[in-house]
Amino acid sequence: MLNLLSIITFTPAIAALILAVFLRGADEASQANAKWVALVATLATFAASLILLIGFDPQDTGFQFVEEHEWIMGFSYKMGVDGISILFVMLTTALMPITIGACWNVTHRVKEYMIAFLLLETLMIGVFTALDLVLFYLFFEAGLIPMFLIIGIWGGKDRIYAAFKFFLYTFLGSVLMLVAMIAMYVDAGTTDIPTLLTHQFGSDALGLMGWQVVGGMQTLLWLAFFASFAVKMPMWPVHTWLPDAHVQAPTAGSVILAAVLLKMGGYGFLRFSLPMFPVASDIFAPLVLWLSAIAIVYTSLVALMQEDMKKLIAYSSVAHMGFVTMGIFAANQQGLDGAIFQMISHGFISGALFLAVGVIYDRMHTREIVAYGGLVNRMPVYAAIFLLFTMANVGLPGTSGFVGEFLTFLGVFQVNTWVAFFAATGVILSAGYALWLFRRVVMGELIKESLKSIKDMDRREKALMAPLVVMTLLLGVYPALVTDIIGPSVAALVDGHALALQAHEAASQLAQN
Amino acid sequence: MIAADLYTALPEIVLALFAMAALMVGVYGGKDRLAEPILWATAGLMVLLALFVGSKGLEVVTAFNGMYIADAFAHFSKMLILVSAAVVMVMGQGYMAARGLLKFEYPILIALSVVGMMLMVSSGDLIALYMGLELQSLALYVVATMNRDSVRSTEAGLKYFILGALASGLLLYGASLTYGYAGTTLFAGIITTISHDGMSVGLLMGLAFMLAGLAFKVSAVPFHMWTPDVYEGAPTPVTAFFATAPKVAAMALIARVVHEAFGVVPGDWSQIIAFLAVASMFLGAIAAIGQRDIKRLMAYSSISHMGFALVGLAAGTAQGVQGMLVYMAIYVTMNIGVFAFILTMSRDGRAVTDIGSLRQYSRAEPLRALALLILMFSLAGVPPLVGFFGKFYVLWAAVNAGMAWLAVAGVIASVIGAFYYLRIVYYMYFGEEIEPMDSVRAPVQGTLLVVSAAIMVLGVINLFGIEGLAALAADALVK
Repeated sequence: MLNLLSIITFTPAIAALILAVFLRGADEASQANAKWVALVATLATFAASLILLIGFDPQDTGFQFVEEHEWIMGFSYKMGVDGISILFVMLTTALMPITIGACWNVTHRVKEYMIAFLLLETLMIGVFTALDLVLFYLFFEAGLIPMFLIIGIWGGKDRIYAAFKFFLYTFLGSVLMLVAMIAMYVDAGTTDIPTLLTHQFGSDALGLMGWQVVGGMQTLLWLAFFASFAVKMPMWPVHTWLPDAHVQAPTAGSVILAAVLLKMGGYGFLRFSLPMFPVASDIFAPLVLWLSAIAIVYTSLVALMQEDMKKLIAYSSVAHMGFVTMGIFAANQQGLDGAIFQMISHGFISGALFLAVGVIYDRMHTREIVAYGGLVNRMPVYAAIFLLFTMANVGLPGTSGFVGEFLTFLGVFQVNTWVAFFAATGVILSAGYALWLFRRVVMGELIKESLKSIKDMDRREKALMAPLVVMTLLLGVYPALVTDIIGPSVAALVDGHALALQAHEAASQLAQN
Repeated sequence: MIAADLYTALPEIVLALFAMAALMVGVYGGKDRLAEPILWATAGLMVLLALFVGSKGLEVVTAFNGMYIADAFAHFSKMLILVSAAVVMVMGQGYMAARGLLKFEYPILIALSVVGMMLMVSSGDLIALYMGLELQSLALYVVATMNRDSVRSTEAGLKYFILGALASGLLLYGASLTYGYAGTTLFAGIITTISHDGMSVGLLMGLAFMLAGLAFKVSAVPFHMWTPDVYEGAPTPVTAFFATAPKVAAMALIARVVHEAFGVVPGDWSQIIAFLAVASMFLGAIAAIGQRDIKRLMAYSSISHMGFALVGLAAGTAQGVQGMLVYMAIYVTMNIGVFAFILTMSRDGRAVTDIGSLRQYSRAEPLRALALLILMFSLAGVPPLVGFFGKFYVLWAAVNAGMAWLAVAGVIASVIGAFYYLRIVYYMYFGEEIEPMDSVRAPVQGTLLVVSAAIMVLGVINLFGIEGLAALAADALVK
């Protein structure tokens, strides 16, 4: 299987093409056909990615399953995975069938909806497997088009504002990265990511418009990449597009946005910022750590006061992504392990929480917290599942949420105690908003007339939740499932980072003498 | 000697003779009854000439004592001009006929303006340059007023004529200054003078005035004022023509002048072009936001796109010229698709150009809406569509030439510009329902729309090899 990665990446796109060309009509039968085709395609993609996981050798820290073909302008079509990227591929392929299942009740333009999701899956997998800068950018940016349409066509009341904000905000972030990529191409003469990982970008201070830029070219490149990934992540204070996009997006769109699209920013930091610009990363690490700490505390406080369930979970996502950036820029084994773990675990948990909101939204057509209360009386299964994911979101030991947060704290504590201290208060706050949400929605007496006839989750909804429940608990009690795979690659990354810093230190010592 | 010279300029001569013969046939033959056959014949001849030009070798041939240059650069531009002119003519034929505008002069005037453009891109001398430019412009002034009974069309033509004459004046003034200080009108002579005696102030003034005149032709800011009015007033097929071939010709002419005549002092003109580029990119992006008329919107869009093409030229390298040529080829393809769509926009049998009438177009015509969506994202420069690669090329050239600030300005302008392209997508897909537009059976326009959208998607594989051709063309120009 020499081109397994291409098969995984483009299977959904081919299914989308088949839907676009062969499926006619908008009656119920063809709608069902569209959904089934999409489900089968995503399941097939998942099956193919399992072969990838089985064939993957965690001890090898290089890129595996590499395929390379010539392309235009001296770029290459190069794909490959290493310990850092493979789990993101798995996360994407595993969540997509669930996402498709979550749109089973959609009746508005079903065919186009399925095509948009299938294309989005191709583009998301492509982001994690591309080993060429321009190819990466292609997948990274192209994902905006289907997501723009998903929010804009199938979204809620203010969908147009949200769609434009989402597109323009993230587009502005990414174009600066494009210029940086061109500059890297000019400097290194290649866009091949494995080669660039070994290329040393200049870190000598340089003058720019009368300013002395410490860290030189690396600093400028780092900032341009940061603009893109920080928006995508999203980090405080450029997170404001996320709550709007989440609230207006349809349920399946929210799931995919929270579970996978946000991870692209974290992946970018791991793949580009940290290993390629070590000196600049070191210079900016305190800034990122403090921004993360602010994000955790601030967005948790904001989440506390939300009246819309989706908005609350959106803000909690920003807070949880704060742990990720904090772990990454702690730049040690625990921090990075924790960051990746947190991203994987947040993919399952936030996806499940948005699904849970979708379940009651489908029944009541409102996301206002005050419209609910006492659901436990009529929806015991729902209450149990919602409780599990609420606890996982808080970081209860035994769930995957705990492992990620704990590891990032371990990592950050070694670097900056105060940041760890402030971030830890975020954990308390997150318990506050999550449990309060649970109490207002699920607990208490069922007094609202409109809720008297609400039904518990049906078989489809339970089937969607089941794998997420299993993964959350499994990763919570046996985190080695993840850390064994990422461990060696992360160790190599950490060592490389430390070596690069030592070399820079030695060089600047030499220059001073 | 004269026979060899004539052979070198054969494509222009054939097209010019054809146009004059067709004029005679039209006048003494059937008048407007013959318009359609003449149009098809002209388009066919243009395609044949494009093939003929494309079959020529890579060696540089000069004729008429250096006034006419046939090199790979000229061939590339001519092929682009000829093919796009032919396609646009065929595309607009139905529209013109349905509105009684299909006069037999129309294809002839287009043919004459194409002769002018071919001369422009092949000119090796200031006089040849001016002759080509004027032939092109005069034919276009008339074409702009093709719809004689419409006040807007005549206004557009008159505006275009007056401002165009002013630009020609600037150009002539610049050319005479250059002649005065260089002592020759030949590009090769000018560059020799500069490399011997350096760049004098007079020459610099000449260069600046010439660039101002040429900037008018590519509608670069601050010489863009005519563009929206002319685009809006002229009949749509004519607008489509304005947006494509003349832009290629004028852009190629700028490249020719700055590299062949002033190539040794890139620092002097690169700044001027960089200024034009930044101003055009931003003004085109910002001013289009308020437009409700799709033709005016495309006018501002073309201003912005010309800004991007100028970024490539501002780099002052072979890579920049290559980027400019690739950009123009992509730009022309996208514009043909979009204008093919605009030609099909009508309600109750009348052409409409208000973008509000696009609301929920995706329900009535899913395929065409999808094609237009692809073209809009491509115009905005979103990967993986081909429009992105055009931008990538020119930005790459700019960064490579040490003008990273220009690239940063460019990408920021492209984000601003993305807004109004997205708005068209928004109307087609998210807008509320209104009375739909007529569903027009337009096989030619529909096919062109879908084909150009397909090119935007499939081009990601290898850009259809245009990269290599443009590289050869650029190497011929920049030594």
